[in-house]
Amino acid sequence: MSSPDHADGTDAMDTPKARGTAYGARPDGGGETAGAQDAEERIPVAERRLHPVTPFRRAWAPVAVLAGWAVHDPNGAQEQLARLTDTMLLLGLAVLVPVAGLYGFLSWWFTHFAVTGSELRIRTGLLFRRTAHIRLERIQAVDVSRPLLARVAGVAKLRIDVVGADKKDELAFLGEQEARALRAELLARAAGFAPETAHEVGEAPAHELLHVPPRALALSLVLTAATWGSLCAALLVPTVLWLTTHNLWTVLGTALPLLGGAGAHSAGRFVAEFDWKVAESPDGLRIDHGLLDRTHETVPPGRVQTVRIVEPLLWRRLGWVRVELDVAGSANSVLIPVAPRAVAESVIARVLPGVTVPQELSRAPGRARWCVPVWWRGRRLAVTGTVFATRHGLLRRSLSLVPHAKVQSVRLTQGPWQRLWRLADVHVDTGAGKTVTAGQRDAEEAVRLLHEQAERSRTGRRDARPDRWMTAG
Amino acid sequence: MADRAGTAGIPGDEPVWRGLPPGLLRMRRLLLSVWTALLALAAGLLPGLFAGPAWAAFALLPVVCAAWCWRLLGRNWRSWRYAERADDLLISRGVLWREETVVPYGRMQLVEVTSGPVERRFGLATVQLHTAAAATDATIPGLDPAEAERLRDRLTELGEARSAGL
Repeated sequence: MSSPDHADGTDAMDTPKARGTAYGARPDGGGETAGAQDAEERIPVAERRLHPVTPFRRAWAPVAVLAGWAVHDPNGAQEQLARLTDTMLLLGLAVLVPVAGLYGFLSWWFTHFAVTGSELRIRTGLLFRRTAHIRLERIQAVDVSRPLLARVAGVAKLRIDVVGADKKDELAFLGEQEARALRAELLARAAGFAPETAHEVGEAPAHELLHVPPRALALSLVLTAATWGSLCAALLVPTVLWLTTHNLWTVLGTALPLLGGAGAHSAGRFVAEFDWKVAESPDGLRIDHGLLDRTHETVPPGRVQTVRIVEPLLWRRLGWVRVELDVAGSANSVLIPVAPRAVAESVIARVLPGVTVPQELSRAPGRARWCVPVWWRGRRLAVTGTVFATRHGLLRRSLSLVPHAKVQSVRLTQGPWQRLWRLADVHVDTGAGKTVTAGQRDAEEAVRLLHEQAERSRTGRRDARPDRWMTAG
Repeated sequence: MADRAGTAGIPGDEPVWRGLPPGLLRMRRLLLSVWTALLALAAGLLPGLFAGPAWAAFALLPVVCAAWCWRLLGRNWRSWRYAERADDLLISRGVLWREETVVPYGRMQLVEVTSGPVERRFGLATVQLHTAAAATDATIPGLDPAEAERLRDRLTELGEARSAGL
């Protein structure tokens, strides 16, 4: 279906504007193209298309919508379908599927991408054209994800996380080999290898740091309060309803969604976090996970903005922790779903070079109890030579680490009630949109902290690695 | 005021604080007066016409509130100050809810100078600094346009010299 004459036929029927898009890279391309396109023409760049399987995901959309509707509202769907005859139904599908297929085909045909010396360019759009220029040295992370159906078809999605990137800026779908090669090439170029050699550099060798065994993951989910909470709700609410209404349908109607929700939450996390691997390579951190949908994330060095060590109440006896991380523009926020504390700390030391997790944290002064009654005991703070660390939470402890080099601004806030008790909060803002707060510190200490932190964050940059991490500089 | 200036800086690097020009206070007080006059008129006329002349005393309510706000505006205006240090910009503001912000020049992504129609009428401009963190709230309102431009140029220049990115 991707034969050239067929494609040309489709194109000829289309609007002139769309024509301009399709042939923008050709010298005789549409006359009304913008100046930016002229600039593109000057530098010859090999533009590529996505994998030919891509149009099919659009073709099945109407069928999926129908199926979704039938599952969601079985009675209504049956009623409506009973009125239609089989021929009508087939006819409808026979029209809808090709239309969706044509849309899928056209959107595939008009989507091009190219890797130039300094950027990844994605050109897309049938009527409304859109060109995304993603600068390679600004890459925060590269994700290759393979949803279940894509794995069957042997294709993968490639997504580049930059600050402000759109959902549309992902390359879906590429062949699996191609996605891997493209990721290697993008990372090599972003790392600062010469464009001529970037092709041949290939994948950087990875060295595994951690693998989460399925048993530990399952046990950790069993020991999560949210699992038990939703299970209790799923058992209690229907019981109460049964005692008050004695109506079987009401009880079933609430029990099934509640049980389903409880199961889906835990099972969903198990499926998503199954076979979690963290590896280290010269291109940065590699995180691979998933049972059905596999995801492979690469976070280049120096992109991690904050790291959080979360310690739920029930895990504390086992000494287990969960580690979350923030990368600007990235959707994933988990580094380690579950691991013993010592292992987690050794991984953190690799992720944030030179950082040791502070063990001794200072408490808030006793008068903080008048501002935050019980939880003031959980508020802790430690500042080391490399990180600003705060902890909060009594039952579910969460320790946030911000390297000084990642601090964007520092703020001190003090409300009237806090002033009465000579207390103040210090907030540290990071580039991932997260703010870490040292709550309820002594007012004078907070002022000192504010200025010292500003100084540290300014000087913390000096020994940071360059954006292009393989270049010296 | 005096004790705050004393504790704000670390020894050896005393910031030179600058307040805001009186234009902002004048504008805010004028706006307050206009709104109060309108409210007082409504609060006095409506009960006065429908319930009897004595009820027109309701007009005093907005006036009293406005007198209080008049003072608050003055205190708030006095609380705003900023200081350009060698490597960072300090902004301090608020009376009851105090906030002090420090932004290293190297972290600035963009400097924005805005001026609405009312602000323009009073010859005022607002300078806002953006960093990569959305939570950074570094705004200096009610500056002289000339001062705003000087600040913008200086911040841009310093930001370029010390640029650090994410």
